[in-house]
Formats: sequence, C-alpha cells, structure tokens
Amino acid sequence: MQPRRKKRLFSILLIISLIAGAIGSMLYALQQNIDLFYTPTQLVEGLGKDKVKPVVGQRLRIGGMVVPGTVSRDAQSLKVRFQLVDTGPTVWVEYDGILPDLFREGQGIVAQGTLLAPDVIQASEVLAKHDEEYMPPEVAEAMKGIRHVPPSQADFPASEPSSNGNYSKPADKPTY
Amino acid sequence: MFKWLDPYAKSETLYHFCGKLLPYLMVSALALLLLGNIWGLAFTPADYQQGDSYRIIHIHVPSAIMSMGAYAAMASAAFVALIWQIKVAHWAVLAIAPIGATYTAIALITGMAWGKPMWGAWWVWDARLTSELILLFLYLGVIALNGAFSDRQVGAKVSSLLALIGVINLPIIHFSVEWWNTLHQGASITKFARPSIDPSMLWPLLISILAFAVLLMALTCLRLRTAILVNEQHRPWVRKLVGGQ
Repeated sequence: MQPRRKKRLFSILLIISLIAGAIGSMLYALQQNIDLFYTPTQLVEGLGKDKVKPVVGQRLRIGGMVVPGTVSRDAQSLKVRFQLVDTGPTVWVEYDGILPDLFREGQGIVAQGTLLAPDVIQASEVLAKHDEEYMPPEVAEAMKGIRHVPPSQADFPASEPSSNGNYSKPADKPTY
Repeated sequence: MFKWLDPYAKSETLYHFCGKLLPYLMVSALALLLLGNIWGLAFTPADYQQGDSYRIIHIHVPSAIMSMGAYAAMASAAFVALIWQIKVAHWAVLAIAPIGATYTAIALITGMAWGKPMWGAWWVWDARLTSELILLFLYLGVIALNGAFSDRQVGAKVSSLLALIGVINLPIIHFSVEWWNTLHQGASITKFARPSIDPSMLWPLLISILAFAVLLMALTCLRLRTAILVNEQHRPWVRKLVGGQ
C-alpha cells in the first residue's frame, strides 16, 4: 500500500474509533434514560448502582407481564386495574381507557403514567408488547398449550343468542 | 490481493459490467419479490397471537434488514472512495444512498402501521425505533452533504466520511433491543439460537429478504450506470455510446 493511502487509512480509522468511543461512552452514561421503561423490580428496589427510586408524582413508564388472575374491571366504566411483574415484586397499574387488542393476562405490556404510591401507577396509556415468536395457532397449541380464539369466535359464558336468531355457534377450531 | 478488482475502477469497464448484470438482477429480483411476498402475504398461516396483522413482517423485516445492508454497502464504497480515492466508488455511495433511504422509510412506515394495531401506538421513542430513524437521517445527510459544497470534491469527501462514521449506528440498531428496555421485540431470525419463527412463515420471509437484497443490487447497478454517464459525459466513449456529436 502506498504511504499516502496508508496515512489516510490510519487517520480515518482514528477518526472513526474516536467517534465510536465517544458515542459508546455517551450511550453507556445515558443507559437509564434510553431504557423505555422501569421494570417492577427496578421500581420497587431502585434503579442502577445507586438504587435510585422514582418519587411519587413522577411521570414514568412501567413494563412487565400482567399477573394472571389480577385483572379486575369496573362494571360501570372502563376502569381496570391489574398487577405487573417481571422477576421479583409486583406493582399495581390503574387505567381508565381502552386496552390494546393484545392485552391479556400473562401478556407483556408497557404502561405510561404517574406514580401514585411507591408501587401504584395511574396509567394514561397502555401499550402491548409482543414477543419475537411467530407461529401458526396449531403449533402454539402444541408447543405452549395456548389455545387462542379470535374475539369474533370466542365462546363467552355470558353471551346470549341475539334476538334475530342469526347468532352463529362458535367454530370448534379457530379458522385462521 | 484485490488486484483483480482494479479494472472495475475504470468507469467504462464498470458501466458495461453493470449493464451485463442488470437484466439478471432485475428479473430475479422481480421473481423473488413476487414469490416471497405473495407466499408470505397470502399463503402463510396466521400467527397464534397477532392473527393476520403479523403478515406485514414480510415487508417490514426485509426492508429493515436491507436498510442496514445497504448502509454497510454504502459505507464500504465510501471507505474505498476515501482511501483509494476512486471516483466510481463515490458515485456508488451516491447511487446507494436514496435506495437505502427508501428502504429505511419503508421499514419505518410499515413498522408504524404494524405498531398501531398491535402495540397501540404509531410511534414510541424506544431505542430500536429511534436508531432506525437516525439511520434515515444519516442517509439523507449523506445526500445533502454531497450537494452542500460548491467544490464537488470537498462534498464528495465529506459525504463519504459521514457515510463511514454512520456505520457506528448499525450495531446500535441491531443490539438496541438487547442493550436497553424497548417496546420493540427482540430479533427473530438473526440470532444464533433456533429462529423463533415457524418454518412455514420463515421460508417466505427469507425469500423476501433475498428479493430485497437482489433488488438493492439491481437498482444500484441502474443508478450507478446513470451516474457514470452523467459524470463522464464528455469522455469519447460516452459520446460514442449515446451517439452524440
């Protein structure tokens, strides 16, 4: 390689590695700000080495799995409350609004809102987080024991045939 | 080691080489695109969780992967352009940039259309989405910087340098879902373990990814040929080719 090209190569590599180092340390320093949400454990036990806990009244996002059996809805309104968990303690989320379609017990969600008490969040927005696994319903049933029925075919215990008699019986198997 | 590449630094040789490749690339890109997308969008089973909505993956993932692949290709061309100071390499940078920007835009738009029904939001400022948006700005920045100087040589040098520095963003995009808490799910196919996507959905997806890659090459050849003609318009071989005086 010609000395001129070698010089150019080294100066460019130097520039790139310096900038990469700068960006790397920046991202490392800002790590907690780049995280989209607190996990329930981080919320309860504190975040990072200093165990910084968010203060009551602070706006934040919380992400975790909806604890099965904890979702309770208000019969008169859209109010709903449920517990979130990751690996440790659970926290309560209260929400007044329409939940996303993917919301269900055991589902990962991200809620944005304000901290009412150290472990209670009043959410203003609830987003569903889905995992990176994609499979047909039959495979999911075989692998995970999940039987997913689309809402249009769900056999709700309380559902009654509509008055005009057009109510169709739910199919035995999901058709998609 | 790379001596065999030397003839292609000459614009005339490269022009004819690209012209020879172009029909094959175009035909196979079209065939793969039709096969992968029709198979993926119409004939794969629905997802157990997301139903039919997940089908947009067959456009979203190929465009997202190839937006990064295009950037890697553009940065390699910028590297050659800067160190060996080969003009055609810089024209290749400029040929790839708008294609990559379009792929990035497709990935962002299809991602938003997928995010609204599944997550419940068009856009969230999480690490994956933000870094992919920065990729779009990098592409646009390369295009803009190139045209921002009255001295074209300076513009070429500065835009190539930006293209090269932007490579830092590629690992950030890829690992963003592992390094930070994000709403975006983790990688399905580009991980070392078994892909967490069913084979019946994986094959059309892989074909679509290949289709986007071949289409990228085809469009690059097309744009590079045009760039060579425009930049070398006063050369005798170009004049003879276009039949001018």
